[in-house]
Amino acid sequence: MVDQSFVRTEIVPEKSAPLSEAGIVGWFKKNMFSDIPNTILTGVVLYIIFMVLGNILPWVFSPTWNSVSLTECRSILAEIGRDGHGNGGACWGVIRERWLQLMFGFYPSELYWRPVLSFLLLGVALAPVLFDRVSRKILFFTAVYPFICFWLIWGGSIWFPVSVFTGFIISYFGFVIGSKSAGSLAGVLAAMALPIIWWFVLLSPVNSALNSIIPLGSEAIDSDRLGGFMLAILIGVTGIALSLPIGILLALGRQSDLPILKGVCVCFIEFIRGVPLITLLFVASTLLNVFLPPGSNFDLILRVMIMVTLFASAYMAEVIRGGLAALPKGQYEAADSLGLDYWKAQRLIILPQALKISIPGIVSTFIGLFKDTTLVSIIGLLDPLGLSTNIRADMAWNGILWELYGFVALIFFIFCFSMSRYSMYLERKLATGH
Amino acid sequence: MANAKKQLEISDEVAIQITKMNKWFGSFHVLRDIDLTVQRGERIVVAGPSGSGKSTLIRCINALEEHQEGLITVDGTVLSSDLKNIDTIRSEVGMCFQHFNLFPHLTILENCMLAPIWVRKVPQKEALETAMHFLEKVKIPEQANKYPGQLSGGQQQRVAIARSLCMKPRIMLFDEPTSALDPEMIKEVLDTMVTLAEDGMTMIVVTHEMGFAREVANRVIFMDEGQIIEQNEPEAFFDNPQNERTKLFLSQILGH
Repeated sequence: MVDQSFVRTEIVPEKSAPLSEAGIVGWFKKNMFSDIPNTILTGVVLYIIFMVLGNILPWVFSPTWNSVSLTECRSILAEIGRDGHGNGGACWGVIRERWLQLMFGFYPSELYWRPVLSFLLLGVALAPVLFDRVSRKILFFTAVYPFICFWLIWGGSIWFPVSVFTGFIISYFGFVIGSKSAGSLAGVLAAMALPIIWWFVLLSPVNSALNSIIPLGSEAIDSDRLGGFMLAILIGVTGIALSLPIGILLALGRQSDLPILKGVCVCFIEFIRGVPLITLLFVASTLLNVFLPPGSNFDLILRVMIMVTLFASAYMAEVIRGGLAALPKGQYEAADSLGLDYWKAQRLIILPQALKISIPGIVSTFIGLFKDTTLVSIIGLLDPLGLSTNIRADMAWNGILWELYGFVALIFFIFCFSMSRYSMYLERKLATGH
Repeated sequence: MANAKKQLEISDEVAIQITKMNKWFGSFHVLRDIDLTVQRGERIVVAGPSGSGKSTLIRCINALEEHQEGLITVDGTVLSSDLKNIDTIRSEVGMCFQHFNLFPHLTILENCMLAPIWVRKVPQKEALETAMHFLEKVKIPEQANKYPGQLSGGQQQRVAIARSLCMKPRIMLFDEPTSALDPEMIKEVLDTMVTLAEDGMTMIVVTHEMGFAREVANRVIFMDEGQIIEQNEPEAFFDNPQNERTKLFLSQILGH
């Protein structure tokens, strides 16, 4: 028998890794040339990348920035000896001439500062929501921002957004006073009833009175002059900001024990998900007027915003329901056993975790929603794609294709890619595991 | 652990009274005619084979499961089958789970402070002091700012105990607190529970740790098929079991 007993007396010291494991050479050797098939694949892929770039880059670097028509582009390209018809080079003149239109649609050019300012303020309003290092006090600005943005872009009397906002303040005080004097149910009822009375009964006389006393306002812009990326961002941001809270409520409603509430939520989600967005947009543009009281003039962009929001909310609800279902039952039980009521448990325990799990899905829905805003061109709104069709109808640019759509794609990519990177940042920040 | 229980007083005051309690899962009769009275200061261990209804029994006491028939009275508050008064009872009764159920998105300290602040409306500063007090009691104040995922199982279970204690409960329920732990971590959790017992906490513990039952419990309840089969003082229960099922169970878990 061999004696198997062994007791270590010294710990083996740590050694540095061999060169083939660390360093650049090691990395290349390990990842790109580890064996013969891998080396062949590396070669083939490098060749494909070379071919693709070799064809695209000369097309992109084309000296046509100052041209005023497609014909001029072609003659410029022919002069420098490139193929004038088709693949010789891009015709960037169209972007130089029309990029402002792609951004703002037919918004009056002397008032471009208004959408630009509201876009910059959007950054300020979003900062405290996106990054927790930003002071919480700015959240007050975030709450007021939609009204400022509305007034900046559409213009008109300042009293309209102010008095709509006043409705929310009335709602808040109704809740505080109502719940103090007659219990929380009275508070909730007051918070809902008072602003409705304000908006639908008192708002228009108060508005016209204020307008006649202090006529404060700016030049009003019609909705049909709005277009381009301004329109896409308006619809996209509204949809994103509203679909998340509505989606959360729908997801909670679908998980509820109350059968009627649950039924309503399930029907809503399944109906909206079962119908193409374009159908809903057609409903918004034509059919919705049938249901509204005669004579009411409900802005088309607003109707589209509502439809896009409802559409995204249904998808959002299902994404969040996935997150809720992924939470272990123990989390609900622990919250219950500590005596937290339903809303506190949801707000403090369940939703922070469920939303964190759902971040990739939520951001996918956001990105999808933002890109779906291009569908509004079908009902005649001038989003970037609708404008591109318009521009191509111009005699000077008839025949242009890649440059316009490439430019639109690039801008969309910048926005969507930023959202995607932000979601990855958020996931890293919220990781609390090992 | 030795002699921990010898000097512990049990008062005449009734902490929990269960009368004729019945519960069904669908058509399956899980708890049958349960009658149980727990006095303040009692330390009860509930044992029994798996599926015997012991977890369900203690989960009915703080209404994590609803019962269909019978009456549960906790600290004078009646938990009738229509689930009134749930919140009152839950704030009096702390509970520890087999899988700890800490909130992974909050730090240890936030886990302990959350319920006192939001349910008891305790000021932030006071909640912090209470939380640190109980974290010291379970001997992990130095982990206060870590997240649950960074702690070992035994540490997590001690945090879970501290989290329940921060609500200043008058009764503690333990649902197999050591079953999910590695063997070398069981002792630290049991030691914490012994300290709790020495402080006079009323405890109902579902566990397979028979050593703990023998040393700390003043009463051991054996359940099978949803019924209380036998209950007795630990010495008598272990040394001289009466029912055949009890004998079989004890021979199986103490057999090797």
